[in-house]
Amino acid sequence: MKKVRIIPRLDIKGPNVVKGIHCEGLRIVGDPTELAVKYYGDGADELLCMDIVASLYQRNFDFNILKSLAQNIFIPITIGGGIRSINDINNALRMGADKVAINTYAIKNPRFIKEAAKKFGCQCIVLSIEAKKNSAKTWEAYTDGGRERTGVDAIKWAKKAISLGVGEIIITSIDNDGTKKGYDDELIKGITTISPIPVIVHGGASDMGSFRKVAQEYNPDGLSAASVFHYNNFGIKDLKSYLNKNNVAIRI
Amino acid sequence: MNKKIAIIDYGVGNLYSVKKALDKFSGNVFITEEPEKLLSADAIILPGVGSFQAGIEGLRIRNLIQPVKKFASTGKPILGICLGAQLLLSKGYEFGTFNGLGIIPGKVIRFPELKERIPHIGWNGIQRSNPGIENQKLKVNAWKGTILNSVKEDSDVYFVHSYMLRPDKKGDVLAVTKYGDYEFCSTIRKNNIYGCQFHPEKSGDVGLKIIENFIKLI
Repeated sequence: MKKVRIIPRLDIKGPNVVKGIHCEGLRIVGDPTELAVKYYGDGADELLCMDIVASLYQRNFDFNILKSLAQNIFIPITIGGGIRSINDINNALRMGADKVAINTYAIKNPRFIKEAAKKFGCQCIVLSIEAKKNSAKTWEAYTDGGRERTGVDAIKWAKKAISLGVGEIIITSIDNDGTKKGYDDELIKGITTISPIPVIVHGGASDMGSFRKVAQEYNPDGLSAASVFHYNNFGIKDLKSYLNKNNVAIRI
Repeated sequence: MNKKIAIIDYGVGNLYSVKKALDKFSGNVFITEEPEKLLSADAIILPGVGSFQAGIEGLRIRNLIQPVKKFASTGKPILGICLGAQLLLSKGYEFGTFNGLGIIPGKVIRFPELKERIPHIGWNGIQRSNPGIENQKLKVNAWKGTILNSVKEDSDVYFVHSYMLRPDKKGDVLAVTKYGDYEFCSTIRKNNIYGCQFHPEKSGDVGLKIIENFIKLI
């Protein structure tokens, strides 16, 4: 039985973990290392850390933050933000990351995915898609922390990136991000039905029932959330025990 | 204790993650790509994130293939992790056919077509493998004195891979794992040489126990 992973997400700006709504209006919620240790202790299955302005400012993830954050954490860490060379990936892995999430640079240079997967193995390369619904009721992929439109269809892009060798997809709904109104069912369904590789979903997690619904209906591999954990709506332990009781396979 | 543990840096690998897990149990862990330092260690770790080809090429260009083989012949403990475990076998088939270190006979092959998504990423349980003969006593004691000593059956550990270990000899299989209905070898062992397909350094308390057990073998 596949055990669905519970993945807290830390959006990092400067030295802080921040959280916005629809990827905007950012508020400081805490210190990256402190939050990482807390979530690890609570039973998180993995951590996702995104430097949300690195691509915009054309710089790298702050590797000192990564090093400090990873110090006492013994679960997988995926980092994203500003990755645009083989060397960047090498540095990230050396500083404590296990996987890297790539969005902006991959959209601009799809061939980079192939090159990176060949060097590090596809399982190390995660495609991050930030998708926003458009008037045609399809989803458009955005870059630079949900700021820039690309004109690229999110589902088509996922298919292409899979063929180029990414090993996992993180799909974020910009529409639902930070709103606590539940995950974006249609978007999740759209990706999970076409994907032969693991899919992590993000954006909109509200009550514990919202996690259960997505886990039971759409067969995702990971459920990621930020606000509900940062603002202590409930703990990861509570969530896992709830899911376990409701027949969702989980690591306890 | 002051036993020297060398983590081999061959250009691919999550070195820092591995080092900080080992640092919890030993004060003399170092990362190296120099053959002499490797040979002076009391145990070595072959970490791994990457493709088989990149891994073996990384060892080759650093002139590390012979030193690792030589180290293996001394009987001192070796722990290969993920790609590092795969490289211990004789042949790999990722992006072509490549020779591995051949320290444990076997090959590294891709998962067959399964209902489940590939790569296999996430937490999954490890079980004792059934020995060739149905000898339950042998099975019960299979993990005693190994890196899986006192680890509970079905403990969840973290996997991330598309290729898997296929040792030639059943006796070299220390643990197995099921992905969907498909059973594969998740830990190999030949004497003091171990390979984990999963990442003990990323497997929470269970993983740390495995690392502690490995250090006790020194």
